[in-house]
Amino acid sequence: MAAEGFAIHPMDQFIIRPLFGEGEVHWYTPTNMTLWLFFSVLAITALMVLGTRRRAIVPTRSQSMAELVYGFVYSMVEDVTGKDGVKYFPYVLTLFLFILFANVLGLVPLSFTSTSHVAVTATLALLVFFGVTILGFVNQGIGFLGMFWVTSAPLAIRPILAVIEIVSYFVRPVSHSIRLGGNLMAGHAVLKVFAGFAGALGVASVVPIFAITAIYALEVLVAVVQAYVFTILTCVYLRDAVHSHH
Amino acid sequence: MEHEVYTSEPGGIPQLDVSTFPNQIFWVLVTLVVIYFILTRIGLPRIGAVLAERRGTIANDLAAAEELRLRATEAEAAYTQALADARAEAGRIVAAARAEIQADLDAATAHADAEIAAKAAESEKRIAAIRESAMASVTEVAREAAQDIVAAFGVKADAEMIAAGVTARVKG
Repeated sequence: MAAEGFAIHPMDQFIIRPLFGEGEVHWYTPTNMTLWLFFSVLAITALMVLGTRRRAIVPTRSQSMAELVYGFVYSMVEDVTGKDGVKYFPYVLTLFLFILFANVLGLVPLSFTSTSHVAVTATLALLVFFGVTILGFVNQGIGFLGMFWVTSAPLAIRPILAVIEIVSYFVRPVSHSIRLGGNLMAGHAVLKVFAGFAGALGVASVVPIFAITAIYALEVLVAVVQAYVFTILTCVYLRDAVHSHH
Repeated sequence: MEHEVYTSEPGGIPQLDVSTFPNQIFWVLVTLVVIYFILTRIGLPRIGAVLAERRGTIANDLAAAEELRLRATEAEAAYTQALADARAEAGRIVAAARAEIQADLDAATAHADAEIAAKAAESEKRIAAIRESAMASVTEVAREAAQDIVAAFGVKADAEMIAAGVTARVKG
């Protein structure tokens, strides 16, 4: 067991590097993240466009998967936000598919997991946050602020509740983004730690390899569940903007 | 955790490397816009159309199946009706044939009866004639026998008287 061999760098997988050559990462520089974002676009196109190119009444396998995703997200939006929220379905589906494919592609060995970066998930969460807030004021005008004034509570404690409601409203994007990014980052870091053990332990590396297998299975679940959680929370927030609380 | 800006040396957390944030945000926004346009321009209208078309096809097929069922019921009713008609027609034909045969039979029977009656009458007539002539012959024979007997006794008897007596005896 060489000292060199035990150098585990679980976080190195998250480093963002320019795709071509070395140097500084400017805002426009194509990076390894850009590459994997591009792959997720390709995968989504393959599923939703190539998979449905036959427009078959009796769907092929790929077409029924596309229809399954469509129906799943559509009914989620309809169930959570109601009929009025259905017009935001394309935005929700964009978010869901992006997160799902970024998560799942991140599980390909040697790949890069875009959604493990808080900057990425915070961008998504802030888009939802500002989108919902603006929609709320557009749809309900000043009445949107009524959601902070809990009329079902006694008048005396309403101001206190209002403060709590407002704080929780502004904490939404934080929890929304950290939940997704943290889960993905932690899972991939753990995988890398066990992989480092496997490289250093010789014959005993059977144990970490088994552990990697188990954690990988868990991570597949996490990848899908976190995409689902992010999407359904988006729908829940959207409901506030679409319907008034009374 | 170091506080200096992370530069690809191990130990820091790449996620907190603020220098890469503009890059990430830019590319994520580009990705989202591209996905959004691919979905709204191609993917979603297509899948929506396919789903609507499928719903329409299923509804049409159900309607067509319902119509076919009705037509099958109608056809079955027509078949039953035709069967009943055919049965009634057959019954009528059988009855007519039976009546015709009966009429023929009756006519033939009547004809045969008439013939038999005629034959019987004729036979009776002939029998009566035979009996008549036989009776006449008996009388004749008896008279001659009586005259011969009387002559044998040697009595000259009146022929008229003998004849009357024989006739009376034969009749009596």
